[in-house]
Amino acid sequence: MINISSKLVRDAVQELAKLPGIGAKTALRLVLHLLRQDVDTSVMLGNAIVSMRTNIKFCIKCHNIADGDYCHICTNPQRDGSTICIVENIKDVMVIENTGQFKGLYHVLGGIISPMDGIGPSHLNLDNIEKRIVENNVKEVIFALPTTIEGDTTSFYIFKKLKPLNLNITTLARGVAIGDDLEYTDEITLGRSLVNRVMYSV
Amino acid sequence: MHQHPFSMFLKQLNILNFKNYEESSLEFSPRINCFAGNNGVGKTNILDAIHYLSLTKSYFNPVDTQNINYSKDFFVLEGKYVLDGVAENVFCGVQRNQGKKFKRNDKEYGKISEHIGLIPVVMISPGDSELILGGSEMRRRYIDSVISQYNRHYLEQLIRYNHVLQQRNSYLKMAAKSGIFDTTMIEMFDMQLIKCGEYIFEERKIFFSRLQPVFDQYYEFLSGGAELVQLKYESALFIESFADLLAHSIEKDKILQYTTSGIHKDDLSMEIYGLPIKKNGSQGQQKTLLVALKLAQYQFIHQIRSLYPILLLDDIFDKLDEKRVRQIITVVSELQNGQIFITDTHPQRLKGILAELEVDNKVYFIENNLFTTI
Repeated sequence: MINISSKLVRDAVQELAKLPGIGAKTALRLVLHLLRQDVDTSVMLGNAIVSMRTNIKFCIKCHNIADGDYCHICTNPQRDGSTICIVENIKDVMVIENTGQFKGLYHVLGGIISPMDGIGPSHLNLDNIEKRIVENNVKEVIFALPTTIEGDTTSFYIFKKLKPLNLNITTLARGVAIGDDLEYTDEITLGRSLVNRVMYSV
Repeated sequence: MHQHPFSMFLKQLNILNFKNYEESSLEFSPRINCFAGNNGVGKTNILDAIHYLSLTKSYFNPVDTQNINYSKDFFVLEGKYVLDGVAENVFCGVQRNQGKKFKRNDKEYGKISEHIGLIPVVMISPGDSELILGGSEMRRRYIDSVISQYNRHYLEQLIRYNHVLQQRNSYLKMAAKSGIFDTTMIEMFDMQLIKCGEYIFEERKIFFSRLQPVFDQYYEFLSGGAELVQLKYESALFIESFADLLAHSIEKDKILQYTTSGIHKDDLSMEIYGLPIKKNGSQGQQKTLLVALKLAQYQFIHQIRSLYPILLLDDIFDKLDEKRVRQIITVVSELQNGQIFITDTHPQRLKGILAELEVDNKVYFIENNLFTTI
C-alpha cells in the first residue's frame, strides 16, 4: 500500500477501504478529494452517516427501513393492504417500487434460506408474518424471490407455512426478457416460458 | 447417395503455457494424428489439451491452475475445428487467481458448462484403470461425463441435484448443532432432490441399456469372445422409489449428518463370471474391459449425435498388443470420417500400421518441446 505519513488520513483511508467495491487507491482518492473541500463537506458527510446508522429503524410490520416504527409504505393509506409481496432484502423493495406497478405492501425477509451459508428459516423475518396476514385480512401473497435453488427453497418453505391460511399465493412470472432475441435466451428460461405460456392479448 | 454423418475435426491447436509447453501451434490431419517421442516429452499433454477444449477440464488434473506451465501465470488453448464444413473456434484461458474463461467464436459463455457436448471426445488412457480400481465416485463421474456430452439437460439436473444435496447436508449439520429439526426443510429438499434425481436415474438406465450391447460386441471383438464380462448399473432406486428411499433413511441421515441415500451413491459394477473384475480379473482382462467400454462409448455417442467423437488414444500399446491396436485403427479408418489422436513411444510401430492403410495421416515426433513431422 501507498505510504501515508498522516495517521489521520491513513485511518480514514482504512475505514473507507472496508466498504464493498472500494480498494485502497479509491479510498485514498476520496479522502484527498475531501481534503480539498471545505471542512463542512466532511462534517455533513460524517454526520449523515452517523445519524443514518444510529437512528435508522426497521419497520415493525414489514422489516423495511424506516425513520419511525413503521415505514413510509406501510403508513401510506393509498397502498393496498390486502396484497403482500415477499422479497429477500431492502434493495428488492426499491427495485419493485421503481417499476411503479405494485400498490400493495411488502414483507422483507432479510435473507434467504441457505444452510450452506449458515442461514436457516429461523434467521429470516418470518415470526410475525402469519399474524400479519390474519389481522390485516390479506388476500394475496406474492413471492418475488431470486430464481435460484435457494429462492425456490425459501418460497416453498413459506408456502408450506401459509397454506393453511387459505389465501392466494402467487409468484413472479419467469420468461423471456423484453427486448431479447429468442436466440440469446438461455434454454431453461425459454423452456419454462413455453410451458407457462400465456393467452395472447392485445 | 448414402447419407454421410456430420464430420467434425480439429484443424489447428494453439497452445500457450499449458503444462510443459510454452508456445506451440499444430496443424492436424482430419483423420489420424500420431505423436511419438520418449517418456516425459509431453505427448499426453497434447491429448489433454484437446480434452480440455471439449470437456472444459483436464482428464488428469482437476485443479485448473495446476495445468499452467509452472513458471507462468496463465495458459491459453485455442482449437480451430471444422464442424460439418463450418469453422468453430474454441478458446480456453485459465489465469491464476482469475479463474477460467471459455469462448466459442470469440463469444464468452455465460456458463462454462454450456460448452460441454459441442465437441464430443473419448479418451482411452492408462489412467482409466482408476475406473476399476478407484472408488464409485470415479465411475459416477465417468457416466456423468458421457451422458453430459449428448444431453445438456442431464448436466443441468446433475448440477442442481448436487447443489440441493449440499444444502440438505448443511441443514442436517445445522439441525444437529441447534437441536431444532424442521421437517418442512427436509421435505422441501427431498422434493427438489426427487425431481432431479429421478430424471438422472432414468437417463442413466437408458444409457446403460443402450451401451451394454455395444460394449458386449467390442469386448468380444477384443478378447476373442472367451470370457463372460458384465457391466451393471447399480442404484438403490431400482428397489424402491426415491421418495421412499429418502423417507427410510432420514433417521440415519440425522445421526450421520449427511444424506446417506440417493443417486449420488449409484455405481457401475464390472464383473467377470459374476465376480468383481477388480479382484478377480487379470490385468489384461481389466484393460480389455476398459478399452471395450470406451469404444462402446465412442460408438454410442456416434449413434446419438450422428458424428464421430474425437478419439484420443493415449499410450494404447500399454493396454493392447499390436494386433489389437491395428484392428482398432483399421476399424476407425474404415469409417467415412472421424478423427483420432494417438501417442506412442515408438514412431516406427505407428508408421508401420499407418503405411498399410490408405488414410490421411500425420505423424509428429516430439523432442525438447519441438514438433517435427515425420
